[in-house]
Amino acid sequence: MGAIEKKILGHLKEKGYTFYAGVPCSMLGSLIDTITSDKSVTYIPAVRENAALGVASGAYLAGKGACVLMQNSGVGNVVNALTSFNLIYKIPVLFIISWRGFKGKDAPEHIIMGEKTIPLLKELGVPHRVLSNRYKEDIDWALGVMKKKRIPASLILPKGLLE
Amino acid sequence: MRSIDAIDIIMSSVKKTDIVLSTTGYISRYLFSYEKRHRANFYMIGSMGLLSSVELGLALNTRRKIFILDGDGSCLMDLGTMAMIGYHKPSNLIHIVLDNGAYQSTGGQGTITDSINLASLAASANYKEAASFNDMDALKKGLGRIVRKKGPSFIRIKLKNDKTVETGRISLEPDEITDKIRNILKDEK
Repeated sequence: MGAIEKKILGHLKEKGYTFYAGVPCSMLGSLIDTITSDKSVTYIPAVRENAALGVASGAYLAGKGACVLMQNSGVGNVVNALTSFNLIYKIPVLFIISWRGFKGKDAPEHIIMGEKTIPLLKELGVPHRVLSNRYKEDIDWALGVMKKKRIPASLILPKGLLE
Repeated sequence: MRSIDAIDIIMSSVKKTDIVLSTTGYISRYLFSYEKRHRANFYMIGSMGLLSSVELGLALNTRRKIFILDGDGSCLMDLGTMAMIGYHKPSNLIHIVLDNGAYQSTGGQGTITDSINLASLAASANYKEAASFNDMDALKKGLGRIVRKKGPSFIRIKLKNDKTVETGRISLEPDEITDKIRNILKDEK
């Protein structure tokens, strides 16, 4: 567990984000470990990305700040939940999406989604930003958009940012 | 038993403070006729299958009892969520499947629910209570018993595939449904 993961979680907690659900990715491993070892937050392992989104949405209905962690391969699994639930019921959930297949350099199963992740989010009308070293600003931007528009926003995690 | 009979029986054992979620299709449309008598209803108009996971997220974050009126089609669509409910075991969650063996709102095409025992599946997934009822008397008695116990509980209700019941459309906008439930739960804190 590196320092940056703790800082990301710390900032999210400060903003009221204490409920997490997700499907793991090797790139998210250290962040998920940081979340599960922090007793002041909840992490719900989900069997599928849309179930993670559903659980997080239920937590939002109960007044919690909720976040979904998943690999970009999961974007395909949440399309219907986004278009016929979160975007129309105005249920803002924060996505943290790891970016496999970035610039075509990865295992074959990640190449197409690696290229399509951002166009797909754009097409769906889900605001997104690639997480950078200035992750506090990125998180604040996402939470700001979510508050204003009451829809989910995505932070895309590139390779190498986490330790 | 028709789905409206089952919903009438269920709603007579729901308390004012309980939250009721209803799945896509006729189940939500029929539950909407209860809107004036029981405001704490959440009607899902799309995302078939998703609602049981929403129920889990809600149940883990409130002490209120959360009922879901699921359908056999929507339950089968996201069976994996039952494993999550059994794993996290929220004691305030009651998962009811209204099983008419058909996709009613799309014209009554058959589901494949006949070849699966949903109550056994729920028991295997570690729900604390799991039962199946075929007639109204058994449902009335069984429901009262199960509602008093600690969950998560699963109830499968075998229904006729009745296509004839007329129900109105849900007149609330989706975001109004969200606001309504969030405001009801806000008062809790």
